[in-house]
Amino acid sequence: MTRPVIELRAVSKVYGSGDTVVRAVDRVDLVVERGDYVAVMGASGSGKSTLMNIIGCLDAPTSGRYLLDGVDVRRLDDRRQATIRNRKIGFIFQSFNLIPRTTALSNVELPLAYAGVRSGERRQRARAALARVGLAEREHHKPSQLSGGQQQRVAIARAIATNPVLLLADEPTGALDSHSTDEVLALFDALNASGRTVVVITHEEDVAAHAHRVLRMLDGQVVADERTGAGTGR
Amino acid sequence: MNVRESAVFAVRGVVANKLRSALTMSGILIGVAAVIILISAGTGANRSITDQITALGANTLTITPNSTLAGGRNNQSRNGGAAATAVNSGTETRTSQLTIEDAEALVDPVLAPDVGLVAPVVSPQSITATMNGATHTVTTFTGTSPSYLTINSNTVQAGVPFTDSDYLGRRRAALLGPTVAKALVGGDGLSIVGQTVQFNGVAFEVIGVLAGKGSQGPQDRDDVVIAPLTAVRDTLASYGNLSSIAAQATASDRVNTAQDQISAILVARHHVTAADADFTIFNPSSILETVNTVTGTFTLLLGAVAGISLFVGGIGVMNIMLVTVTERTREIGIRKAIGAQRTDIVGQFLLEAVLLSVLGGSIGVVIGVLVGSAKIGTFQLVVAPYSIVLAFVVSVAIGLFFGWYPANRAASLRPIDALRYE
Repeated sequence: MTRPVIELRAVSKVYGSGDTVVRAVDRVDLVVERGDYVAVMGASGSGKSTLMNIIGCLDAPTSGRYLLDGVDVRRLDDRRQATIRNRKIGFIFQSFNLIPRTTALSNVELPLAYAGVRSGERRQRARAALARVGLAEREHHKPSQLSGGQQQRVAIARAIATNPVLLLADEPTGALDSHSTDEVLALFDALNASGRTVVVITHEEDVAAHAHRVLRMLDGQVVADERTGAGTGR
Repeated sequence: MNVRESAVFAVRGVVANKLRSALTMSGILIGVAAVIILISAGTGANRSITDQITALGANTLTITPNSTLAGGRNNQSRNGGAAATAVNSGTETRTSQLTIEDAEALVDPVLAPDVGLVAPVVSPQSITATMNGATHTVTTFTGTSPSYLTINSNTVQAGVPFTDSDYLGRRRAALLGPTVAKALVGGDGLSIVGQTVQFNGVAFEVIGVLAGKGSQGPQDRDDVVIAPLTAVRDTLASYGNLSSIAAQATASDRVNTAQDQISAILVARHHVTAADADFTIFNPSSILETVNTVTGTFTLLLGAVAGISLFVGGIGVMNIMLVTVTERTREIGIRKAIGAQRTDIVGQFLLEAVLLSVLGGSIGVVIGVLVGSAKIGTFQLVVAPYSIVLAFVVSVAIGLFFGWYPANRAASLRPIDALRYE
């Protein structure tokens, strides 16, 4: 097999010190292979969001080793971490996090712009990504003119525009109605089917049901790691 | 991410909040306009004073007697300058005089090589011109020699100037300024040439009308009559002292040496000391230098005051940029999460600040130039080109300076904190 996309070795994140010490992530070992579809589950405060921030290079672990696509992220400076986020990770947030007052197309172009892609190619790739999520004809709409489901699909288009090795979604359906949830989850299934690695943080069982592998976290530790054969779709 | 991309984001940032951007810009706008307008006022004042002094004549020196010489000062001079009083009678020291001989003495290629033309001047006061029932009180009646016309840059627009033979022949001929000519015959006044005008009852033939010089402040420089000194002394003035002597240096850079030479000759002739001279030499070019220094300082002061308002405008830009950065913390977090480099964020916000100040500065330049070219009463403002460049460059610099801190603050936000910000 090729090298894993995510490789965590005894990764911990500790807040505070002395008596008030909180181990948000406590010596987690995790390997996610390329093409996998992983759901991370857990209640609030279980450390899943902190784990997601570490995996997404938004936060640095207190100790342990993290290789993202074979690169030791802890050793990188700010500039290289920004580049890693740009090239290797596509983020999808619960609250969509599109840039307001900016068209769908411009939002999708943004990571490509930061990657230094020239404007002609950038537009083309952004259009392709929007077409992939079925919003080709909405490219000139601003976030405020789109429904929640559409906004989340624009966010997914933005996440896949740079062709990253990892799609990292944090409660992607938390703010959506059931119809939009189905749309977005179907999109994840399709993206995973076409070979993308997907990691979803969620507390909803039916979201986790789409994944091939479900991790359950409690008090900063992975307490269960089960592979579900019937991963794809319902 | 290139500069053009950042510029697009910056423009969007400015446009997104039109009222706020406009108000922020107005701070810079007012500052820039104030710098240009106040420097224009200073430059205009300088130009106005310079013009008035230059109008007194190029390279000219005017020697006038010290008519205000007080008795006490004379006594002092008598005690101090014992040698002078020993030779001369008290009356000569007491009464300051300029004579026609003084004027002639100044034409001396050995003692005064830098003095070119010299013209003695008498100025009888209260001269009324009458002609066919029309009367006009002449402001300046000048009896002089033909050299005066050259020294004073007078030319005739009709008729002929008077000559040495008119001077020596004591001819009762007069050159009228346009104001006088118009007052007496109406129209453009040129038809008066060849006619006879009574000055305080003495008939003079008008041989020419002077070219107009216009007004200088409250003084109408066309309300003049110039006639040969000899004829004026025969009729309207006494044979006594001259009112003044007009002299011209051979070149503009010889004015100061010419002044020294004239002073030396007159000091010797009047038996006084240079420190206690009974005459005054009016040197417009030396006054010009002083005026330039004074108005230069004045302009600098005005510019500095305006500069303070520009600085305040800059603080306004910084204030708004800090608000903008706080307001858009989440956006900054998103941008960083999807791979924006620190320099991308700094560039975006710095450009936004510079854009605000440059837009404000540009409008300020336009308003400044419009107002700075205006005429307030008789006072003409003069826009100094350097002030435009200065104000504009300073406004850009202010954008950079006051945008730097907010932009770096934005770029230093940790993406995880910025994303959590609500």
